[in-house]
Amino acid sequence: MSPKLWKFHGGLHLPGHKAESTGQTISTMPVATQLIVPVQQHIGAAAHVLVEVGQKVLKGQPIARAEGAVSTSIHAPSSGTVTAIEPHSVPHPSGLKDLCIVIDTDGEDRWATRTPIDDPALASADTLRQQIQASGIVGMGGAGFPSHLKLNPRTHVVETLILNGAECEPYITCDDMLMRERPLDILRGARLMSRALAAKTVVIAIEDNKPEALAAISAELGKAATSNIEVLSIPTLYPTGGERQLIKVVTGKEVPSKGLPVEIGVVCHNVATAAAVYRAVELGEPLVSRIVTITGERVPEPRNLEVVFGTPLQAVLDYCQVADSADIEILMGGPMMGLPLHDTQTPIVKTSNCLLIRQTETKPAALPCIRCGACAEVCPAQLLPQQLYWHARAKAYDRVQDFHLFDCIECGCCDQVCPSNIPLVDYYRFAKTEIWAQEREKKVSDLARERHEFREFRLQREKDERAARHAQKKKAVSSDDAKSDDAKKAAIQAAMDRAKAKRDNVGANAKNTDNLTEAQQRQVEEADQRRAKMKENSGENE
Amino acid sequence: MLEAILILTLIAVVFGLLLGFAAIRFKVEGDPIVDQIDSLLPQTQCGQCGYAGCRPYATAIAADEADINQCPPGGETVILSLADLLGKDPKPLSEEHGVEKPKMVAVIDEQTCIGCTLCIQACPVDCILGAGKQMHTVIEKECTGCELCLPPCPVDCILMVEVGSDPSTWKWPYPGQKEPQA
Repeated sequence: MSPKLWKFHGGLHLPGHKAESTGQTISTMPVATQLIVPVQQHIGAAAHVLVEVGQKVLKGQPIARAEGAVSTSIHAPSSGTVTAIEPHSVPHPSGLKDLCIVIDTDGEDRWATRTPIDDPALASADTLRQQIQASGIVGMGGAGFPSHLKLNPRTHVVETLILNGAECEPYITCDDMLMRERPLDILRGARLMSRALAAKTVVIAIEDNKPEALAAISAELGKAATSNIEVLSIPTLYPTGGERQLIKVVTGKEVPSKGLPVEIGVVCHNVATAAAVYRAVELGEPLVSRIVTITGERVPEPRNLEVVFGTPLQAVLDYCQVADSADIEILMGGPMMGLPLHDTQTPIVKTSNCLLIRQTETKPAALPCIRCGACAEVCPAQLLPQQLYWHARAKAYDRVQDFHLFDCIECGCCDQVCPSNIPLVDYYRFAKTEIWAQEREKKVSDLARERHEFREFRLQREKDERAARHAQKKKAVSSDDAKSDDAKKAAIQAAMDRAKAKRDNVGANAKNTDNLTEAQQRQVEEADQRRAKMKENSGENE
Repeated sequence: MLEAILILTLIAVVFGLLLGFAAIRFKVEGDPIVDQIDSLLPQTQCGQCGYAGCRPYATAIAADEADINQCPPGGETVILSLADLLGKDPKPLSEEHGVEKPKMVAVIDEQTCIGCTLCIQACPVDCILGAGKQMHTVIEKECTGCELCLPPCPVDCILMVEVGSDPSTWKWPYPGQKEPQA
């Protein structure tokens, strides 16, 4: 009995190129002498560096911790000494450098103490999530979203947890090999994830071009008595492995635009993430390595390697004996969505699922759009790539958003079918980053406006206050003046009054020559006569 | 005939009253178009447009006294969005007001700074920190790159530094254009 499957719009049948790299079992690549570990290997905030230059670190020791909720930890991929913490080439389309912790390995590959959860079957969902965050687990399918957030259903009820083993992009086989060789890890991880989410059923969806993987998982599942896990074979069609496309195929539900899958009761994780969750929870091993497909026509022996993070590209090329040549192109990821790497010192990170090494292809020059509509037919997000292209080209950012630019998953189907070779996805990426930049600038300018308005307000307030103070002082001074004037006047008046009174008193007072006795009168007269005489005498003398 | 005139007059009176009431009841404070224009301007408050800041420029645009292409920090993007808002034809940035430059921030050479506070008084967004005879420094996050602090500095210790992009703020180049090497 095969359950009912659904179909998403569009999609492409692409040549798989899977057989090249599935001939050998997964082997472990020896640890390189120098590891370059970026502090940002996930979506969200860069991790906060915990180590110093010169410090010795052990394998699995945290070297950077999560900064904020949307972030995760980074661990030393091997034992050794931190020799630098500096900007370095990272896998990013810009080719810009970002902060990396450089570790010179000592070759011992000695583990730090591993702390698994004692009884995972009884641990609470929160404990599981904390362990998963502390172990630095992110979505291993390519997006690198911190997994603990996607394992938190919050208020939603999770009907179905889908484990994504579609691996729809050509050339990539790392999930295929993982499912073939480590099915038990995946199933154990699936049970833990199901517990963390309280999911009712778990569906492991695998494209039907991977019969070995299907068989391995089914066989392992058959050993368990009862379980809520089922394996589902789905038709091979690019991009079935896209989260929204896979949910549509498996459940028939469509995730709303700008919504999250959990809102419709579905959560989707990669199979490799499930295996990493198992290792983190039950073995206490943080995420320090991953399986990388090394493939392409320029690789002598295409295969899957377990590579520790931070391994420089050059070390991988040397190990795989890829001849250096001017005409090779190295993509991190597959041919559809892969990211070209230009610096051979770029490290392998948590989201590096594949290294595709092939001869440089020169894309023919773009011709004008002929409005054939082939792009709209293949678009798995049911967008109108042509309209998006016209508006993105005209830098009409409002219009591209009206046509739901942000629902574009950049799968590259439209690029692939365009008869005019227009790099459509590049236009969409250009428009997306431009819109984000404008939103950032808007925030900055809003802050500047607020600060400027506050400054104006402050200056005005200070001016008003100064004016008020001035006015008050003036008033105080003038009223003082008035007061002192009165006082002065009063004082002058008082003095004048006193003087007058004195004068009057003096006038009123009897002279001491009044009321004299006769004897005194006589004496006065005698004195007067003497004075007159002396005057005459003195007059004669002169 | 008379009835028709009466009815029409009545309707006219009723609607006149209604409109008059609505005009008072739903009166919009301030000038919304100025706010809309102001929200599009980059708020550097640099005065390169010839007005005392972004809001005065917005007021001037709204009053049709200023053209929409006088804002060098906003560049093409602002001109396009203003043209869109006002239904005008976009035109290239007016050269007399300056040229579009990459985003810059002011940095004070702290060795040379004498702590005169002149730049603090000039900064339109209060993003310079310091006090008299104390070293000053720029809050980089809040600096709009308006360059208004440069002329007052008596010791020329303020430099304008280009804000480089890091992987999180990097923008995809316009397809077909050669990406400038970082």
